[in-house]
Amino acid sequence: MDLIADRGRRVTIEELNTSRLLAHARKQAHQRNLDDVLIVDVDAHHYENENYDEFLPYMENDVLRQLTMSGRKRNRSNVTPIQIGYQDMGGRVTRYPLRASEKTEGGSALRDVQLGHRWMDAMSVDYSCLFPTGMLNIGMHPQKEMEVELCWAYNRWLTEKVLPEAGGRFYSMLCLPFSDPEAALRHVETFGTRKHVGGFMVTTVRSHMAVYDNAYMKLYRAMEERGLVLSFHSGPNWGEPIYKSCNRFLSAHALGFTWYNILQCTNWVINGMGERFPKLPVIWIESGLAWVPFLMQRLDHEYMLRPSEAPLLKKKPSDYMRDMYYSSQPKEVQDYGAMECTFRMINAETQLLYSSDYPHWDFDLPSSIWDLRFLSEKAKHNILGGSAARLFKLPPRNDKQKHNLQRFGNLAAAA
Amino acid sequence: MAMAEKFVAKLSEFKDGDRRIVFVGDNEIGVFRHRGEFYAYSNFCLHQGGPACEGLTIAKVEERLRPDKTSMGLYFSEDEMHFVCPWHGMEYDMTTGECVADRKLKLKKYKTLQKGDDLYVIA
Repeated sequence: MDLIADRGRRVTIEELNTSRLLAHARKQAHQRNLDDVLIVDVDAHHYENENYDEFLPYMENDVLRQLTMSGRKRNRSNVTPIQIGYQDMGGRVTRYPLRASEKTEGGSALRDVQLGHRWMDAMSVDYSCLFPTGMLNIGMHPQKEMEVELCWAYNRWLTEKVLPEAGGRFYSMLCLPFSDPEAALRHVETFGTRKHVGGFMVTTVRSHMAVYDNAYMKLYRAMEERGLVLSFHSGPNWGEPIYKSCNRFLSAHALGFTWYNILQCTNWVINGMGERFPKLPVIWIESGLAWVPFLMQRLDHEYMLRPSEAPLLKKKPSDYMRDMYYSSQPKEVQDYGAMECTFRMINAETQLLYSSDYPHWDFDLPSSIWDLRFLSEKAKHNILGGSAARLFKLPPRNDKQKHNLQRFGNLAAAA
Repeated sequence: MAMAEKFVAKLSEFKDGDRRIVFVGDNEIGVFRHRGEFYAYSNFCLHQGGPACEGLTIAKVEERLRPDKTSMGLYFSEDEMHFVCPWHGMEYDMTTGECVADRKLKLKKYKTLQKGDDLYVIA
């Protein structure tokens, strides 16, 4: 297959084969004996937007279903908001333009499972939390009722067709239609006890989102009571007015992915959600880590002078932030001293969860955690999978993993 | 460890713009032919170990400025060619193996040897 390079020049690249593309990842895993370590990826993706024909029929409302499916058949409309951007860097990240060329067997749900297993096996990832790609923009849909319907359809398809085919290696935190608190609660009540569901995910790219609104308290309580995890998944939004002054995708991407979680995390902490729901595990996903020490220092500084504006807090904002979890990707690696400080500030040994974000362009391999010299062996095992195994009750897949989970106190809850 | 000559390709079959990946034990070397010259580098990306030599080759992107420092916009370079690691897009200078975002970082470079119609890499 030809990729287009400079001035229309064509460069021949073989068809995509994920196992072959990631052969070096497999080599890394072998060199480090990573198959002996339980590795849980708390943020990986599939392209559910290539499976609309499979999941749109699960929409409940006849009229909205007909609207989306009719448009699909005539290939004339998008059903979820579309982002402007160049994730594939003009084809430089070849798995984007080549994705359709990869061969799999069976239907589209099986295709997603097969592709997932290929990269998981290459990286020595045992379990992946599967998130969508296009649906990450669902919070920008102008129709609340369509957001509800699309989340419902996706969650049904995922839990009834995709996850059951995955040999137990995929789980998910399902999409919550956060624009409608009552509908979000219904999602938790309906899907929260289904197999392979570890919790629910809120996309934080939204023009208005008040995580502290009274309307959400039933939702958080329902999740806390069921032992489910609440996660906030960030993203970019070049179309947001403030980002329109960015003339490069790099700028909008770097700022957007951090900003939306900074915003929602600030509101979560300052409104005392950690006091209201102390047993509700919360994960902040895909914003990297450098923002966390910034926000801890900034909020602590303000809180020390203005505690009357955060009267529910019984400790500093940074203490509540240390009670929550953070996914590791995309890990900023240019200054290892700063990274070590970050890991200390967030109690990485217990609060940091490895994530790859594969197949997206800035994915991280497990070796990016394993090779950090400042980490103890216990911290490496916990970050790569032990902490997530406790959170999501995931069992070891071989005896050596079981032994390692026992060594670091992560087996009891997972077994 | 003694260096050995590893056969890469027949010169007559290795056209300008082509590349080959050769395996020397556990090592992998990418060999490019660019504007008549051969360049050979380690196939392990300095970022996360991806197959650095197996991705797109694409000219450097330049932003050209007028004398008054206003931007004329983006252009492809007429002179500088890059090769790109397909995992994350890390770009390397074809003629030096330097990472273009930080030229202190360089891929290991290997010598090539032509014998008649045969091309070898010394590894």
